[in-house]
Amino acid sequence: MDILHFEDFAVGETIEYGATTVTADEIKEFARQFDPQVFHVDEAAALTTMTGGLIASGWHTAAMMMRMSCDHFLNRSSSQGSPGIDEISWAKPVRPGDVLSVRRTTLGARPSKSRPELGLVEFTFDVLNQVGDVVMTQRNTILFRRRTALAEAVG
Amino acid sequence: MSVFFEDFQIGETTVLGAYKFERAAMIAFARLYDPQPFHLDEEAAKESIYGDLVASGWHTVSAFMRCFIDTIEGQRRELAARGEAPPPVGVSPGVTDLRWRAPVRPGDTVTYSTTVVAKRAIHRPAWGLVTRHSVGVNQHGAEVVSCTSVVMTGRRPR
Repeated sequence: MDILHFEDFAVGETIEYGATTVTADEIKEFARQFDPQVFHVDEAAALTTMTGGLIASGWHTAAMMMRMSCDHFLNRSSSQGSPGIDEISWAKPVRPGDVLSVRRTTLGARPSKSRPELGLVEFTFDVLNQVGDVVMTQRNTILFRRRTALAEAVG
Repeated sequence: MSVFFEDFQIGETTVLGAYKFERAAMIAFARLYDPQPFHLDEEAAKESIYGDLVASGWHTVSAFMRCFIDTIEGQRRELAARGEAPPPVGVSPGVTDLRWRAPVRPGDTVTYSTTVVAKRAIHRPAWGLVTRHSVGVNQHGAEVVSCTSVVMTGRRPR
């Protein structure tokens, strides 16, 4: 299969992918390591908090989104990682049994000024649950190698 | 760090703690959540712009969260030990300007700190919103990660 490069991302394109079922065990396992707040680690105690039950750490939701993106397209691409995330909003809680998917929209694409072998592609990623609610939105840039710059370098 | 919304001061800075990025933990995190070659394998990472294994950015920010929560939980225990009721625990609507400024490599220790940059009341009387800018600095003094986050913070009981 061809590797996706900078040139392969069309501005304005929207695609959907992924189907990750969220389990209580995974919510608690992630949270015990990284976000051990009561509503992420203890079902019974979570009932008495503002969340009304166990919910996934927002960072866990972001990590699950990342995994779906790796599986769907990043691991067959020339991705060189990301300089950061412009914005994340956690719009709704993610609960055990939810099935998450991703809706990716390509917002923009430009070659890197400082590293001509790279290009920057800006995306929004909406994480959806099984009833179509947006539970998280993320906007960020990912670095990809350029096909043309590679060809120029090879000669 | 303050506990109740009323007590937070703009500019208040708190060192949250340090997290050591062990190679095995970096790879374990990446296998589950970010299995890109430069997070998994030294040889494959040589082909990347990083030149060597680097931690997933999501691991570096999750470690920040752990240090932040450990600090808060420690304060809640201290309050409880004095017989005072801690505020309810709030959630976060989101973060902005999350920046991965330098790679985190096996064996690096990142020390996280956080500074209050804004606070405002909301229509829910038991809560306020605290905005904080947080940074992670490695053992060489280089900033590796930073972000601005908003957290719902409980008010003092009335």
